[in-house]
Amino acid sequence: MTNKKRLLGVTLALGLGLVATSALAADKIKIGVSIPAATHGWAGGLNWHAQEAEKDLEKAYPNLDFIIATAKNPTEQANDLEDLVSVQNIDGLVILPFESDPLTIPVQQVKEAGKFITVVDRGLSQPGIEDIYVAGNNSALGEQAGEYLKKRLDGKGKIVVLRGLPTTVDDERVEAFNASIKDSDIEVLDMKYANWNRDDGYEVMQDFLSRFPEIDAVWAQDDDIALGVIEAIKQADRTDEMFVVGGGGMKDIIKRVKDGDKLTPIDVLYPPAMIATAMGLTALKFETKAAVEGRYILGATTVTPENADKFYFPDSPY
Amino acid sequence: MSRPDNKALPATTGSRVPFHIDFKAIGPFVALIVLFVLGTAINEAFLSSGNLSNIFTRSSFIGIIAVGATFVITAGGIDLSVGSMAAFIAGAMIMVMNGLVQSIGPGVETVLIGIGVSIVLGIGAGAINGLVSTRGKIEAFIVTLGTMGLYRSLVTYMADGGTLSLDFGVRGTYRPVYYGDVLGIPMPVLVFLGVAIIGYVLLNMTPFGRKCFAIGSNEQVALYSAINVDRVKTLTYIIQGLCVSIATIIYVPRLGSASSSTGVLWELEAIAAVIIGGTMLKGGYGRIWGTVVGALMLTTIGNILNLTDAISNYLNGAVQGLIIIVAVFLQRGDWRRKKN
Repeated sequence: MTNKKRLLGVTLALGLGLVATSALAADKIKIGVSIPAATHGWAGGLNWHAQEAEKDLEKAYPNLDFIIATAKNPTEQANDLEDLVSVQNIDGLVILPFESDPLTIPVQQVKEAGKFITVVDRGLSQPGIEDIYVAGNNSALGEQAGEYLKKRLDGKGKIVVLRGLPTTVDDERVEAFNASIKDSDIEVLDMKYANWNRDDGYEVMQDFLSRFPEIDAVWAQDDDIALGVIEAIKQADRTDEMFVVGGGGMKDIIKRVKDGDKLTPIDVLYPPAMIATAMGLTALKFETKAAVEGRYILGATTVTPENADKFYFPDSPY
Repeated sequence: MSRPDNKALPATTGSRVPFHIDFKAIGPFVALIVLFVLGTAINEAFLSSGNLSNIFTRSSFIGIIAVGATFVITAGGIDLSVGSMAAFIAGAMIMVMNGLVQSIGPGVETVLIGIGVSIVLGIGAGAINGLVSTRGKIEAFIVTLGTMGLYRSLVTYMADGGTLSLDFGVRGTYRPVYYGDVLGIPMPVLVFLGVAIIGYVLLNMTPFGRKCFAIGSNEQVALYSAINVDRVKTLTYIIQGLCVSIATIIYVPRLGSASSSTGVLWELEAIAAVIIGGTMLKGGYGRIWGTVVGALMLTTIGNILNLTDAISNYLNGAVQGLIIIVAVFLQRGDWRRKKN
């Protein structure tokens, strides 16, 4: 009984789907974009850049249709992939996986359905599934911050570190940072998690300030944390004693760098705009004869007052 | 289920307790003192005036919200929406104040209107929780779980998934509300103290407070005693909403921003503060001063963990959990009798 009903439903759905696709977009190339929902600052920037890129690319290539799906967790994202393939009948997929392991098989299935796959930021657990891989460079982010601190402090000084959440992203950044300051006399007084959160950054920094009478610099690893750190330093009236190096490329911090704020001399990019890069490359695949398959690792650019203008997007939520 | 506190202790044999001491009432205070001793032992910076002021100031957000939660829980209800509500109100305040900068400038009026918006929204949100759960006869757990998701999504939507930042001019005007002090006592602490005193008077010295106790103990009996149960319960949610609004008013000038990660899990911290303070989760008995101490304890634990690197960062949550359970166990009071 139920099987019969289900069969009927599927046939009906398929029929409707066929009618819809043939009527609406017979000649449009569809590219699905699956990304995490905007639950924190960086992901908010990601969503904004995805929507901007959708507008720009659809204008440049009128026969392209981008379909953005946002998910709150890996399970939801796997469902989105099924819908993109069976309901939307996409030709290509751009995905920033929530987590590598749980999404490897779902993406592989999309690949087996003959779709072009672009993976962003977090790699899949199996090699060879994606056609294009675009990522920021977490190790380089830690390394750049470390190199700058070494140079600025002349290879010696006392610093504190505020980490993100206990994840591989955080570990990669911190490992590279530690490696880059290993050969110097920089002393890390302590490292604590601030959960990529402003309020936590503020409170952890307050406690560092009451605990250590002398701090030369702070590596906040993320711009949300950095904003909390800055307020705590201001409140303790110790702005002349130290400076803060963040990471990510949040507009508030870029603006401070641009204005030459002494407390935030630089920022290290981990651009959420990488989703736009990936969407652009995928569009090129369908629209031109350019060879695009391969791996693209974006540089962790150091933002200084000189080049800050190029990385300042006042309209972005991040 | 409430045991009145004035019940005489069983006649103690020794003269160790010459006068009446209610261990249940002072339990949280003892636990807090133990924590302070522990903190000082770990790092002498703990007792510095700067650090103590940090602890008290930080406690005020959760503390003020928890005073409201004490009313709700005493009357047998629960409110899970407070964290999201705080984020939503903070976001709305920031948007309104930013909008007003163009027309009336970043002056005191703008901040006052922002504060007004906060209070209206807080009372409104509380009234919605209260009315839907009482008139709509839906479990408060479900109603507030629903509004929790609702407010969280609204603030994400208002911020476009990013962060709402307060205009820098308004920040300057608004700043003293968090960073200012009177006679050396930080503003948030003063507000917290004021809210706690009013809460204490309202819960322990007025007919309204007694009705909360009665409803939490037994709603049917309260109903037959001619208490307007729906009205009293709705009022407890409105008090909760007002407390969230007050907490938000002092929260916004701190970092001048609100995002979808603002106030995450505050509801659980507030409920924990209430229960650590000796209020019964099933209702019928509430203690404001216990709640205040509970909020202080939660902040102090986090502070102590930040002052030491003896404990692995990965285990912070475990230590926090253990201390909370031990603290509540110690203040139950029953364990003393077995000794005698």
